[in-house]
Amino acid sequence: MTLRPNLKLAQRFDVDALRDEFDILSRTVHGKPLAYLDNAASAQKPRAVLAAMAEFATHDYANVHRGVHELSARATQRYEAARETVRRFLNSAHPDEIVFTKGGTEAINLVSYAFLAPRLKAGDEIIVTTMEHHSNIVPWHFLRERQGAVLRWVDVDDDGALSIDAVDAAIGPRTKLVAVAHMSNVLGTVAPLKEIVARAQAKGVPVLADGCQGAVHERVDVQDLDVDFYAFTGHKLYGPTGIGALYAKRAHLAAMRPFNGGGEMIAEVSREQITYAAPPARFEAGTPPIVEAVGLAAAIDWFSSQDRQAVAEHEQALLDHATSEIEKLNWVCVVGRAPGKGPILSFETAGMHAHDVATILDREGVAVRAGHHCAQPLMERFGVASTTRASFAPYNSHAEVEAFVAALAKARKILG
Amino acid sequence: MDESLRELYQEVILDHSRHPRHFGALAEATHRGEGHNPLCGDRVTVYLKLDGDGRIADISFEGRGCAISQASASLMTNLVRGRTVEEAEDLTGGFLHLVKGENANGLAPADRETLDVMAGVSAFPMRVKCATLAWHTMQSALEGGSPAKTE
Repeated sequence: MTLRPNLKLAQRFDVDALRDEFDILSRTVHGKPLAYLDNAASAQKPRAVLAAMAEFATHDYANVHRGVHELSARATQRYEAARETVRRFLNSAHPDEIVFTKGGTEAINLVSYAFLAPRLKAGDEIIVTTMEHHSNIVPWHFLRERQGAVLRWVDVDDDGALSIDAVDAAIGPRTKLVAVAHMSNVLGTVAPLKEIVARAQAKGVPVLADGCQGAVHERVDVQDLDVDFYAFTGHKLYGPTGIGALYAKRAHLAAMRPFNGGGEMIAEVSREQITYAAPPARFEAGTPPIVEAVGLAAAIDWFSSQDRQAVAEHEQALLDHATSEIEKLNWVCVVGRAPGKGPILSFETAGMHAHDVATILDREGVAVRAGHHCAQPLMERFGVASTTRASFAPYNSHAEVEAFVAALAKARKILG
Repeated sequence: MDESLRELYQEVILDHSRHPRHFGALAEATHRGEGHNPLCGDRVTVYLKLDGDGRIADISFEGRGCAISQASASLMTNLVRGRTVEEAEDLTGGFLHLVKGENANGLAPADRETLDVMAGVSAFPMRVKCATLAWHTMQSALEGGSPAKTE
């Protein structure tokens, strides 16, 4: 093992204490202690989040923005307080720049439909990278199919790194948007987002960042990044499913057409016409996920109360530990070696299909993801049909990394 | 070792997955089916050559996938070769029951014995689609319909 125990770090970061906040981590799977290494797909939720949701639903729940009664007032207050929590988390200037969505996917679809589609002509270009998740590809393909948009692909290099110059070079006179993942869900690559935004802005092109992984592992300051749109989801951020958010600059939101139509998003409705509510309400038709918003706020509060630097160092130590162990195996090939990558470890196993590997790991209590990770263009770029992926969270331990490595050896013994 | 794992990855399965029988395109194929499992990205193509009596004179497959899907496809080609289309369809029905852990008494004893190596899949619900992909693809080839999908 190449990892040196870092005493200073160990003092700052108590993984056992953190694990105690997640009851699910003490369960067994197939009779083995659970090692949950599928965090990039969805993270577990601390007791504080589950309790906040149960508490709110039990005592203060009602619909928002409608009733004059006490509970509706309380629910509205909590819902809007959650928006303020998201604003603070992303450091946006105004809470009305935060639109609640059902997740990252809906946030990106909202930009596609409400922002880009109305201003797009056939032949206009959208820049996407080969490391995008399908959620940051398919909404742009819609515009290709429906309006003749051209997708211009920027490739990552063999290490999985994304070059600023490659993005810059792809931006042309007809580019209408740059859509890029802040962090790849397969490679762990961190996009040089601030520089990309600067280059794009110099050419008058807005940038959308898919922050579903980035918000979990990177510090996000949308004012400093100056990014136009930032989408993220709650359930990867130790919060509930069914809620996410879109940050968008005020000027963009003001110019965007409505998305879903229904209650809450209108100013007035008559038989002849309608007028729309101001953002963000304009984009939040229908009863929103109220309990989930409370849960998301609790998750952000919980996460923000952690020593983020210590968390990042711990996650990197887990990544380094796992990487150095599997690199000793001559039948394993790591996919994604970009400098400064996040705690996501994808790899191929020679002669063994990722699904077989993951099945055997599962029987050892080790939960990993296997497949194309909703990133088929990236799989194609690296010439693989699928990979196995271990992704780390602050509550993971070095003992779990060892369980993962031992289970891999077992898979080799059975399948190899 | 975990009994269910031993059951799933028996030597016969691993042998078929490493050395699949009837692998490759079939030049004189009369029927061809494409199968895709969007969940894992696995793809399979099944080729069939029917003779004038509705008998499967030859069958082959190609594609990539996990040990379960490759072994299942390989076993399938072994079994249905020389059968009538109707027999192949009955066999498919029996196989689907078997891997889902349902009553597979419809299978003839000899077929049941051959396919018994796949019965372990029923303990792995997430892997049933891997086992059934080639069979669904053969069905779609015989029906001349749309590509088979399992997810």
